[in-house]
Amino acid sequence: MSLTLWSSRCSVTFVRQCSTIFTSNFCPGPVSVSGILQHNSHSPHQLLHHQRTMSSAALGRQDGGTQSRGSTSGAASGVPPFKHPHCDRQAMYAQPVRQIRNKGGSYDYDLVVIGGGSAGLACAKEAVLNGARVACLDYVKPTPTLGTKWGVGGTCVNVGCIPKKLMHQASLLGEAVHEAAAYGWNVNEKIKPDWHKLVQSVQNHIKSVNWVTRVDLRDKKVEYINGLGSFVDTHTLVAKMKSGERTLTAQTFVIAVGGRPRYPGIPGAVEYGITSDDLFSLEREPGKTLVVGAGYIGLECAGFLKGLGYEPTVMVRSIVLRGFDQQMAELVASSMEERGIPFLRKTVPLSVEKQDDGKLLVKYQNVETGEEGQELYDTVLWAIGRKGLIEDLNLPKVGVKVQKDKIPVDTLEATNVANIFAVGDIIYGKPELTPVAILAGRLLARRLYAGSEQRMDYQDVATTVFTPLEYACVGLSEEDAVKKYGADEIEVFHGYYKPTEFFIPQKSVRYCYLKAVAERHGDQRVYGLHYIGPVAGEVIQGFAAALKSGLTINTLINTVGIHPTTAEEFTRLNITKRSGADPTPATCCS
Amino acid sequence: MSLLKVLRATDLIRSHSALRWCRHTGSFPRYDYDLVVLGGGSAGLACAKEAVDCGARVLCFDYVKPTPVGTKWGIGGTCVNVGCIPKKLMHQASLLGEAVHEAVAYGWNVDDRNLRPDWRKLVRSVQNHIKSVNWVTRVDLRDKKVEYVNSMGAFVDSHTIMYYPKPGQEGDRRQVTAKYVVVAVGGRPRYPDIPGAMELGITSDDIFSYEREPGRTLVVGAGYVGLECACFLKGLGYDPTVMVRSIVLRGFDRQMSELLAAMMSERGVSFLNTTVPSSVERQSDGRLLVRYLNTTTQTVGSDVFDTVLWAIGRRGLIDDLNLGAAGVKTLNDKIVVDASEATNVPHIFAVGDIIHGRPELTPVAILSGRLLARRLFAGSTQRMDYADVATTVFTPLEYSCVGMSEESAIELHGADNIEVFHGYYKPTEFFIPQKSVRHCYLKAVAEMAGDQRILGLHYIGPVAGEVIQGFAAALKSGLTVKTLLNTVGIHPTTAEEFTRLSITKRSGRDPTPASCCS
Repeated sequence: MSLTLWSSRCSVTFVRQCSTIFTSNFCPGPVSVSGILQHNSHSPHQLLHHQRTMSSAALGRQDGGTQSRGSTSGAASGVPPFKHPHCDRQAMYAQPVRQIRNKGGSYDYDLVVIGGGSAGLACAKEAVLNGARVACLDYVKPTPTLGTKWGVGGTCVNVGCIPKKLMHQASLLGEAVHEAAAYGWNVNEKIKPDWHKLVQSVQNHIKSVNWVTRVDLRDKKVEYINGLGSFVDTHTLVAKMKSGERTLTAQTFVIAVGGRPRYPGIPGAVEYGITSDDLFSLEREPGKTLVVGAGYIGLECAGFLKGLGYEPTVMVRSIVLRGFDQQMAELVASSMEERGIPFLRKTVPLSVEKQDDGKLLVKYQNVETGEEGQELYDTVLWAIGRKGLIEDLNLPKVGVKVQKDKIPVDTLEATNVANIFAVGDIIYGKPELTPVAILAGRLLARRLYAGSEQRMDYQDVATTVFTPLEYACVGLSEEDAVKKYGADEIEVFHGYYKPTEFFIPQKSVRYCYLKAVAERHGDQRVYGLHYIGPVAGEVIQGFAAALKSGLTINTLINTVGIHPTTAEEFTRLNITKRSGADPTPATCCS
Repeated sequence: MSLLKVLRATDLIRSHSALRWCRHTGSFPRYDYDLVVLGGGSAGLACAKEAVDCGARVLCFDYVKPTPVGTKWGIGGTCVNVGCIPKKLMHQASLLGEAVHEAVAYGWNVDDRNLRPDWRKLVRSVQNHIKSVNWVTRVDLRDKKVEYVNSMGAFVDSHTIMYYPKPGQEGDRRQVTAKYVVVAVGGRPRYPDIPGAMELGITSDDIFSYEREPGRTLVVGAGYVGLECACFLKGLGYDPTVMVRSIVLRGFDRQMSELLAAMMSERGVSFLNTTVPSSVERQSDGRLLVRYLNTTTQTVGSDVFDTVLWAIGRRGLIDDLNLGAAGVKTLNDKIVVDASEATNVPHIFAVGDIIHGRPELTPVAILSGRLLARRLFAGSTQRMDYADVATTVFTPLEYSCVGMSEESAIELHGADNIEVFHGYYKPTEFFIPQKSVRHCYLKAVAEMAGDQRILGLHYIGPVAGEVIQGFAAALKSGLTVKTLLNTVGIHPTTAEEFTRLSITKRSGRDPTPASCCS
C-alpha cells in the first residue's frame, strides 16, 4: 500500500490515504513514539507523537510495536501534542535500504552540509538521492534577549516565511470579519485576537513541520547531527554537540548556515529589544511596538501587528524597502500609513531603557534635523537587517574568503577553497529567499553528484512583501531598468485598479496599483512587473514564469484576462508613464 | 400619419448626422452611421467605444427583456448585471463566511456559532454595486460620444436597422442605416421544456436580485454556472442540490471536473446524478414539488424545494433580430463567423456570446470587440486569438485552467506524446483552521519530447484565477516544463506549487506532498 518516493522535490514517503485523512477529525489522540528517530536521544524537541502504530519490524531496536494510546509525554515536556497527520509511519519504515556508494575514499562522508535550513537540507537530500554519503549539521543558538530557540529547518520554517505568513493570514482574517459584516453576515465586529492562541497555533504548525523534516531526513538517509560545525582543516570539521565534540571528515563541504537578525550597537538593544527570531513565539502580547527598520521584515511585522490590533510604529533610517522599486515601496508605506501605522522617517534609535513599570523608553534622533525625541513602548523589535553566521565556522583556518559577514561564491556556488561551497542566505550578494536557497542547493548537489552542469539562475526571481496590501514583483525595478538601459529606452505601463470585492466593504483602493517596465522599442520585452494588491504572490508567480519565457508587451496585452480577478489588470495595461495620461481606472467590464 | 412620423424621424437623424464631418471616410456619409452595434454588453460596448476612438460614428442598441418572473436590469450586459460581477460578489460573501470560522481558529474572539447571512442586505449590496457600474458605463458612453438607444434593434435589410424608441409603443417606429453592423446581443439562460419550468423556476438572471431567501434550492445543470450558484448558496448556509444530466463541467478537463464535484460533495452539496427533471408544481404550502427521472436506473423520484434554478445552458438571442432580412446565417441559436468575426454577410459581424463555437467569456468578448473595431476603422489586421484562453470556476476551492485539457491534448497528440506532471499540495494557511486539502491539486499537460512545451495548466485551490492569469501569459510566451521548473517560487504561496511539479502520471508515483520548505 505504501509507495516509495525518491522525489527531487523532497517528498516524504506517503501513503495516498494520508492525504485523505488530513483534517483533524480523523486524528485520534496522540500516541507517544519517542525514540524512533536515530538522533533524537539528544534532541531537544520531544515532540514526536503520532497517532499511528508502527510495525514491529520497522521499529528495529525500539522497544515494541504497539504504543499506549493517550500517552502524554509530549505534553509533559511542554510541547503541545502532535496532532498533524503529515506522515505515515508504516511507509516511513518500509523504505528500501539504499546502496551507498563509497565515493570519497578515506573520508567519513562524501559531503557534510553545515546548516539545516532550506538550502542545506535541499542540498543534503538531493546529494543522498544521487548516491552520496551525507551528514547535515544543524544548530540554533538561542536568542540573546529571550533565549528563543527552535528545531531543524532553518529560518523559513521556524522564524521566517511560515510563521510570518500565518500571522499575516491571521491579520487578514480579522479584516475579513469586518468585510463579512459588510456582506451581510451577522458577526459582532468588536473583535480581539487571542495572541496566546495564535502563537500556540503557529508554533504547533512549526513543530509539525520540524517533525516532517526530521522524518524526511531519516527517510532519505541523511545523517542529521544537532551540532555546531567548526573547521579544523579543509576536509575536517568538529561538531560541537550537547553531548560533546565529534570530528567529521568529508570530501566536500557545503556551508549553508544562513543568517540571523542584527542588533544595533546602542545601550539596551540586546537586553530589551527582540527580533523576528522571538516575535513568533513571544509569550506576552506585543502591545505598543516600535519596529526599527523598514525592510520587508520590518514592514511585514508592523503590518500584521496592526492587523491584530496592536500599535506598531515603524522607524525608518533612510528609505523604505531598499532594493525594491522605490515608487512601489513608497506606495506600500503610504498604504500602511493609511491603515494607521505611523512612520518615524530619517530617525535612528539612541537607547532603550526599561522603566519600573516594565515599559521600554526609547530615545531616538532625527538624522536630518538632529532633533531628539523619546517614546514609551511595550516592545521594541529590531528589523535592521541580517548578518551571516560565519563566526563559529573558523573559516580563517581553512582560508575561505569572506566579505563582511557573507561568503562570496562563483556561479557554481564554489568558494575560493576548491572543496568548500556555500548556498543560501550566507552567500554574498544574492537574494535571501527560501526558494532560491532550495533550488541553488539542489542544483549544487546535482552538479556535485549527478554530473549535471546546470547552474542556478539568480535572475528574475519573484518575491512578495506580505504587508496588509501585498506587494509582489519580478524582474527589474524601474530605477534599475533606467540605469541599465537608459530612460529613453524604457517604457513603463501603469495603472490603478479597483478590485471588485473591495466595493461592498468600501475598502480603500487608493494604493491598488501595478506597472510593467518594458523595452521601449522592438518587441517591447517586459523587464519587470510590479503589483500592489490582494494575494500579490499568487498573482505574480505565473508572470515570473512568463518573464522567463520571454514575455513581451504585445503578448501581455493579447493575453485574455480572467474576469473578475485583479491579475487580469496586467492584461489591461495600456497607459504609459511617458504619455502623462491619467492611470486611474474607469469601467470594469467593457 | 405614422409613416410620416417615421420619415421625419429618419430625416432628423440623417440631417443630424450629416452635419457631422465624418472623420473616418473623409466625405459625407452614405449611411447614417459607420457602425451600428446591436447589444450593450461587454463585446458591444468595447467594440462601440473603440470604434468611436478610431473616429467612427457609432450607435449602440441595448435592451433587456424581463425574465418570466420579471427581473430586468440596466446597461452593460450579462457580466455586469447577472454574470461575473454579482456571482463573484456572492462567491466572496460565501468565502467571507468561511473566513469568520477560520478567524476563530487563528485566535479571534468571534462568535461564529450562529453565523447567518442577511440575504436581503447581501442582495441590496450587490445590486447597489451593479447600479453604480451601470451608471459609470452610461457616463463612459456619454464621455466617449457613443450614441446609445435603450431599445431593441432589428434588421430591415442588411444595412438598415429598425427600432422603437420607446419599447412597447409600436406606433413610433424608426430606422437607421449603417455601413457596418456588429451583432453582440449575447445570450440568456434556457428553460427546460417541462411543466412549471417558466412559471416556477428561476435562472441566474433572477438569483442575484432575488427578494426572498432561496432556501432549499435545486440547481438543475452542472455547468460552471450551476456549480458556482450551488456553491455560493451552500456557503451562505442554504441547502443546494445539483441535478446532473450527464457529466459535470462539460468541456473542462475530466479529472479536474470530477475532483471539483468531489470537493463540493465533501462540503455538503448534494448531487442527483444522471437525472432529469420532469415537472415542477407549487404545493399548497408554497414550496415547489419537483419530479425527476434517473435516466440510468429509470426510477422516478420527487423532492420538495423552496427554489428551483435552471442552469442548463444559454441560448443566443437571435429571435428578435430578424436576421433573415439581412441574410445572416445562423447555427442553432448562434451566428457563425470567420476568423475576422464576419458573418456570411461581409459587412455584418458578430462578437461575444452570440457567436458559435467560441468561449463565452467577458474578456474574450471585450478583446474581440475591440480588435474588430480596430480592423474596421483603424486599418489594423490583428485578429482575435481564441486559443489558450484562461478561465476560472468560482467554486469554494476554485478551479482555473489555461490551454488544453488532458483529454484534448491526448486526442490531438496521442497519449504517448503527452507528459502530465501533477501533484497534490497543502496551502500553508489551511493547517491552522484544519481545512481539507484533499482536493488541492494541480497539473501541467506538456509535450513529451523536446523542450516539453506546456499545452495546458490546471489548478484547484484558493484564488485560482489570480494564480492562473500569469501562467496564461507564460503559455502565450511559449512556456516549457524546463522553464517552469527553473522559475523560482514565491514562498509561501500556492502558485509556487507549479514550479515544484516533478511527478509524472506516467511514473505512477504518489503525487501527495511532503515537506514544505526544503
